[in-house]
Amino acid sequence: MASSTSVVVIGGGSTGTGIARDLTMRGLDVTLVERGTLTDGTTGRMHGLLHSGGRYAVSDQKSARECIEENRVLRDIASHCVEETGGLFAKLPDDGEDYFEEKLQGCRDCDIPAEVLSGDEARKLEPFLSEDVEKAIYVPDGAVDPFRLCVANAADAQERGARIETHAEVTDLLVEDDEVVGVEVRHESGPGTHTHGTSGTTEELRADYVVNAAGAWTGEIGAMAGLDVEVRPSKGVMTIMNVRQVDTVVNRCRPKGDADIVVPHETTAILGTTDEEVSDPDDYPEEQWEVDLVIDELAKLLPILREARTIRSFWGVRPLYEPPDVASEDPTDITRDFFLLDHAERDGLDGLTTIVGGKFTTYRMMAETVADHVCEKFGVRASCATADVPLPGSDDFDVLRDYMDEFGLRSPIGRRSVQRLGSRADEVLTTDEPNPVVCECEAVTRAELRDAIDDSGSDLNAVRLRTRASMGNCQGGFCCHRMANELAPDYDEPVAREALDDLYQERWKGQRHALWGQQLSQAMLNHALHATTMNRDGDPARTGEAVAFDAFDGGSPDGD
Amino acid sequence: MAIEDDVLVVGGGLAGITAAIAGAREGATVRLVSATKSTLRQASGLIDVLGYLPDGTGPVVDPFDAVADLPEGHPYERAGPDALADGLALFDDLAGDHYRGSHTDRNALVPTTGGTVKPTARYPATVEPGLASREEATLLVGFEGTTDFEPSLAATHLDAAGVPFEVRAATVSFPDVTAEDATATRFAHLLDEDPGVRDRLAERVKPHLAGESRVGFPAVLGQEGPESVRTSLAEALGASVFEIPTGPPSVPGLRLENLLHDALADEGVRVEQGNPVVDFDATEDRVETVTVDRVGNRVPYAADQYVLATGGLVGGGVEADREQVSEPVFDCHVPHPADRYEWFEDDAFGEHAFARFGVDVDAQLRPLAADGTTEYENLRAAGAVLGGADFAAEKSGSGVSLATGFAAGRRAATELIHTELRQ
Repeated sequence: MASSTSVVVIGGGSTGTGIARDLTMRGLDVTLVERGTLTDGTTGRMHGLLHSGGRYAVSDQKSARECIEENRVLRDIASHCVEETGGLFAKLPDDGEDYFEEKLQGCRDCDIPAEVLSGDEARKLEPFLSEDVEKAIYVPDGAVDPFRLCVANAADAQERGARIETHAEVTDLLVEDDEVVGVEVRHESGPGTHTHGTSGTTEELRADYVVNAAGAWTGEIGAMAGLDVEVRPSKGVMTIMNVRQVDTVVNRCRPKGDADIVVPHETTAILGTTDEEVSDPDDYPEEQWEVDLVIDELAKLLPILREARTIRSFWGVRPLYEPPDVASEDPTDITRDFFLLDHAERDGLDGLTTIVGGKFTTYRMMAETVADHVCEKFGVRASCATADVPLPGSDDFDVLRDYMDEFGLRSPIGRRSVQRLGSRADEVLTTDEPNPVVCECEAVTRAELRDAIDDSGSDLNAVRLRTRASMGNCQGGFCCHRMANELAPDYDEPVAREALDDLYQERWKGQRHALWGQQLSQAMLNHALHATTMNRDGDPARTGEAVAFDAFDGGSPDGD
Repeated sequence: MAIEDDVLVVGGGLAGITAAIAGAREGATVRLVSATKSTLRQASGLIDVLGYLPDGTGPVVDPFDAVADLPEGHPYERAGPDALADGLALFDDLAGDHYRGSHTDRNALVPTTGGTVKPTARYPATVEPGLASREEATLLVGFEGTTDFEPSLAATHLDAAGVPFEVRAATVSFPDVTAEDATATRFAHLLDEDPGVRDRLAERVKPHLAGESRVGFPAVLGQEGPESVRTSLAEALGASVFEIPTGPPSVPGLRLENLLHDALADEGVRVEQGNPVVDFDATEDRVETVTVDRVGNRVPYAADQYVLATGGLVGGGVEADREQVSEPVFDCHVPHPADRYEWFEDDAFGEHAFARFGVDVDAQLRPLAADGTTEYENLRAAGAVLGGADFAAEKSGSGVSLATGFAAGRRAATELIHTELRQ
């Protein structure tokens, strides 16, 4: 199979989908390929912080200024993905007074609104803050849902004519006469929405230009054309609590360090993080010390965390990059800035640009830079509009409407659904069919799941990212199988079974790092439900071993 | 002065109830205290004894044969050779006509909501016509607006599991419920209360029948009178009718809980629910009293013999923090790997160490300290608080509760009689 397009974008994270949206808005023909689901790389594995820039106000003021600028843009164009929580930089007795003053001054230098609160004022805002907190700086940090934002970018690009292919791994760059002329892609289950159990195909996708936006994996893509892209992946752990201990982002006010931030995210709070360079972004140890460190360190700021319930931990890999001549030893010293590498200028290879480094908050700005660059190559003069045109879901969004009656949903289910869907709520929730709640922890209804399945096929992990179903306290123990049931009648039983197995295993992966206290009890309950009540582990359809049915009890002689 | 009994059972699940009744039948005065409502209502209502061997082999046809070969330290081995038969006999006596399976030593294979089959030893009478070994064409019926059971997937899955009969599926809307009301307990209540609902349900199912001799519904066929509901539906449909056990909230689990609570009352066991044991007093050898929290007041309870039946990780009988695993009532030793990252396997259905967490016991079912000596001579343990077996993987949870509950309860009561004779 072969096909062609103007631009191939490699990578379905925030940067890749942002580039796809920007280029399609400027009238270009774009195909985006992603080896897993959207957000599968680093985007889906971040702490959900919408930076105010305060974090970089001392160490990296260029990044800080970009952050506050994009922070304002995203509140506007992605209102249904952003929660305006505000943020604190809290000072403990061990944290230097000089640094506190530098941070405050840095914020002011970078045009980041900053206000000093006394310890008591900070505790009034966040009652679980330690009595030891002496004072804090209040900044406009926010919480952002990276899944929703990334999917909204992809959806908008698709709406405008882009082709978005997930589960499509780039297996080679096509190079002819010192020019990249396309990519070879392996579709895990053929092109289009994902269907488990469908056999894979390969496709030669010829293009006038290729953008490598594979994040921590840009080095691997570059290597396919013999290029050396010096990405330095760095892992960090994030530990999810089962409730929001804070409604404001809480940072520790000290220079770079591990375990210094808590971000409220939907119904949870996310603790982060660590910073350790890894050699392979697909294969690195997920270690106990990292989980214990974030809990123990952050308990100094918020003592309640020491005994609180965590539901899982996950790791992300930062796509850090620095020019090879800098040679930082410690990954925390590597800049958070982004770099556009035009391989024609850099390596004498036409047709390919790599975008690397940067951070989620500035994804749109990175995408704009890349799109400007590509448009210049093509002589296209359209200007960037992504800072002004709202994303699908964020246009004309009136949160005050009473959706409860309108969609026959009980509050707060209706409220939660509408928060997730934004202005798409009408389109998704209007149905004549019964609309039961499928995931009780996160209050996700059938209509939302069916909408997500229409979008992402039988990949229930992609459905999960779009809806939050299975992401609450029970970690899918009570709803994975219900979600799989929603695949009928569009998909056959073997597809639903495999999709369920994939989702259940993915949910287990993160829970392994939270197996004590109530979450261990929950894990045992899930095990009992899936192994005892459903006998999924002994399922003859799974084991493939024939059962001698006639050897078993067929009922009592006097039974009916 | 403390409240005094011969035997005090801590924990109100299947093991605690069995221990209490076994003790009472030996003539002891027995009190049962439990911290919460039991987890019986979460369970399917099936009485699994042993469906798979510890190495995963199965499904096991004859669990009694297989139990005899279990390794030392398995709760069945600790309970002794007759405990399972004795415990099941007690259960059969209590359950009467409501349960089936006692006519044979063989396991039955029961269809699950997901379309697998599960080996079990005793099953509600409402489940019997659906057994997978019966070669009868089957129609599975689900209800619109529900999420736990998708009959089309279950039917195809049963076929993939190799069942020896044809299976078809239909989905109907349940009569007289609104979308907000579509819950298992609501369906069960309507079927109990209103014969008209049964008729209307049968009318909706009838057009889907294509000669099948049996019709399976999710287990919602009445909480109070499932036999009457089933008979009405069967007559109207001209086919036998059966239930497929579901996850929580489980109507068969609720029925079993009610049945066992009635039995406790009949046997003269005093039951106190919602009162957790928060402390205890002991000499080096014996538990003297326990302290029960009764709406914030600390009340001492004394007994000659104690049975610990507080459940496993789900029931709260075994707890863990980031450093260690413990038994919270009497602080009995719970063996576990020191490294928390050895408590689990990476495969979701792997051989998890945590699934086997619980106290080790001697052949008298008395919990053992880390050095292998008994913790207290008058304390026995039963049910999921026992370690050494993955009840979920083996499908052995109910059987272990019956066997160890029976053995612990009876031994507590006979020990007591011996003590009194000595005095």
